[in-house]
Amino acid sequence: MSSSLSNQQQQNNDQIAVPPTPRDILLDRIFRSLTTSFAWLTLLLIVYIVWEIGGTALPAIKEIGFGFLTGTTWNPNQGEFGILPQIWGTFYSSLLALFLGGFFGVAIAVFLTQDFLPHKIQIVLKSIIELLAAIPSVVYGLWGIFVLIPLIRPVANWLHATLGWVPFFSTSLSGPGMFPAALVLSIMILPTVAAISQDALSAIPSKIKEAAYGMGTTRWEAILKVLLPTASRGIFGGLVLGFGRALGETMALAMLVGNSNQLSLSLFSPADTLAALLALNFPEASEYETQVLMFAAVVLLFITLAVNIVGEIIISYSERSGGKK
Amino acid sequence: MRINRFVKLAVIALALTFLTDGAALAGNKIRVTGSGASFPFPIYSTWFKTYSRAHKGIIIDYQAKGSGAGIRDFINHAVDFAASDAAMKDKEIAQVKEGVQLLPMIAGEIVLAYNLKDIPELKLPSSVYPDIFLGKIKRWNDPAIAAANPGVSLPDMPITVVRRADSSGTTYVFTTHLSAISSDWKSGPGIGKTVNWPSNDKMIASPKNDGITATIRQTPGSIGYIEYGYAKMAKVHMALLENKAGKFIKPSLEAGMAALANATLPEDMRVWLPNPEGDDSYPIVTFTWMCFYKKYEDPKVAALLRDMVEFCLTDGQKMADKLGYIPLPANVVEAVRKASQNIQ
Repeated sequence: MSSSLSNQQQQNNDQIAVPPTPRDILLDRIFRSLTTSFAWLTLLLIVYIVWEIGGTALPAIKEIGFGFLTGTTWNPNQGEFGILPQIWGTFYSSLLALFLGGFFGVAIAVFLTQDFLPHKIQIVLKSIIELLAAIPSVVYGLWGIFVLIPLIRPVANWLHATLGWVPFFSTSLSGPGMFPAALVLSIMILPTVAAISQDALSAIPSKIKEAAYGMGTTRWEAILKVLLPTASRGIFGGLVLGFGRALGETMALAMLVGNSNQLSLSLFSPADTLAALLALNFPEASEYETQVLMFAAVVLLFITLAVNIVGEIIISYSERSGGKK
Repeated sequence: MRINRFVKLAVIALALTFLTDGAALAGNKIRVTGSGASFPFPIYSTWFKTYSRAHKGIIIDYQAKGSGAGIRDFINHAVDFAASDAAMKDKEIAQVKEGVQLLPMIAGEIVLAYNLKDIPELKLPSSVYPDIFLGKIKRWNDPAIAAANPGVSLPDMPITVVRRADSSGTTYVFTTHLSAISSDWKSGPGIGKTVNWPSNDKMIASPKNDGITATIRQTPGSIGYIEYGYAKMAKVHMALLENKAGKFIKPSLEAGMAALANATLPEDMRVWLPNPEGDDSYPIVTFTWMCFYKKYEDPKVAALLRDMVEFCLTDGQKMADKLGYIPLPANVVEAVRKASQNIQ
């Protein structure tokens, strides 16, 4: 064994290029088939999950049907189930989070990539923002309850008192509600958006920036009119990922959103989301309720899938129209 | 074909992890597992820890998944015993062919915790608090509340009701009580581990006992129902409730024991006290049960479980007060001890 090894080493030293040995070919084949099977296995896994969830949900889908999506009552005792308030809450909270988190995320990415800061500070800030992604969602929830809500309650109640006629401020904030939930959610998706946008911005060839300056643009003109549009594909990708995360986020929302089964435009009234509904009701669900919850899971899965597809379409569209210019 | 090869590899890897796991668990140890209610979890975990420490080689695992999940595990024979706040229904018992022995192990009170600064003592008549949870009484300075609390300056602020978001045995006990004292509640939300709560913007829901406790502590003007032990630990204000005899009773060990003294256990050990009699009785009390099979495959496990029950009935009951639970009355302890002999 050892002699054959040293032989091989000698050979490698003597000749720079050798044809692949049978062993190399074998290793290569194994590696290739492993990677292929792993790639297919993820697909298989998704199909299996959909099959399993859908299969469990099937009796409930047959029984409740489309009314499930438009009903507003959740009453296991009477067997009445509807998830319109949850669908609404899921979209409302995620969109709010996307606007807030998206805006700040992209702004941070611009700030950290366009030489506003010395390089060392840039790196420190970047890793701190990425650290936000490592905080467990329960901690976010607790932080929301103990720090954020007491902080924003006076502001929210002042808004309600002075601008109560605006539908967004039509109720006062007593504690958990849509707005604190969306705020925490936006912080949770911030690192995703910021990191991907940063990568997209730093991937722009420096020639483009130089060309823009060469044409006499100011720094902000260059950033807003040249760099951001060029990086738009990556930034969109980051936003879609962030939105996907917001849709599926569970624990922090379950603690902060108020879990109240109602449809309201008000930012300060409690609401509910699909993921929170699922997490909170599974442990004690009866057999039929489990099927109904699986139905809700199918809906959530479908929403996430739809968002990702729409995101892909937007990205490819923006890429094509970018090419035309 | 390629996938086949991978599957083989994966199976071998899995098998290896299981083998090493199994080796670590083997030896002379006996391990029994249980799952179920979270309401008695603080005291159960203390019991099991103390018991395991006193008996070398015995490990009792208890997972507080919730009463419903515990019963499901029990029916599927995934655990050796279960725990439930809502006992077990006849339909559920019928699914266990070995037979089921239910044993009440400890009792607890459910309190109405509230957050009003400067008002450490608040009296709530039995005509008022169901209406608060129905969303009919909306402000703290409502005349109905003021009438029961002369001399207390109640703030002019909305009442925020905090309820359980997850389905729970605590909600079951609480709604059973509300249905017994309020016909509006009975014909409205009714009894259940989750009910159809009235929805308005001052009705919020939090997960688990600790979630509600945290929300109440952080929300001025809120009120919610939690287990006495949690309220005691968190040092929140607890309302005095009007009992069946018309007296206002503060939640305490004595008041709980007075309420439990009314209990007479039937053969199947299921007894509810939706609105107990007695001048000193606190109105919302409940037993919580463990569920055992009547016949175990391994007689050693059955003997161990009987011994564990005996420990809980003697030393275990002494820990109740410190942890915010109510010990079983002597006649109940006797009945449970006798019934535990059915675990074979």
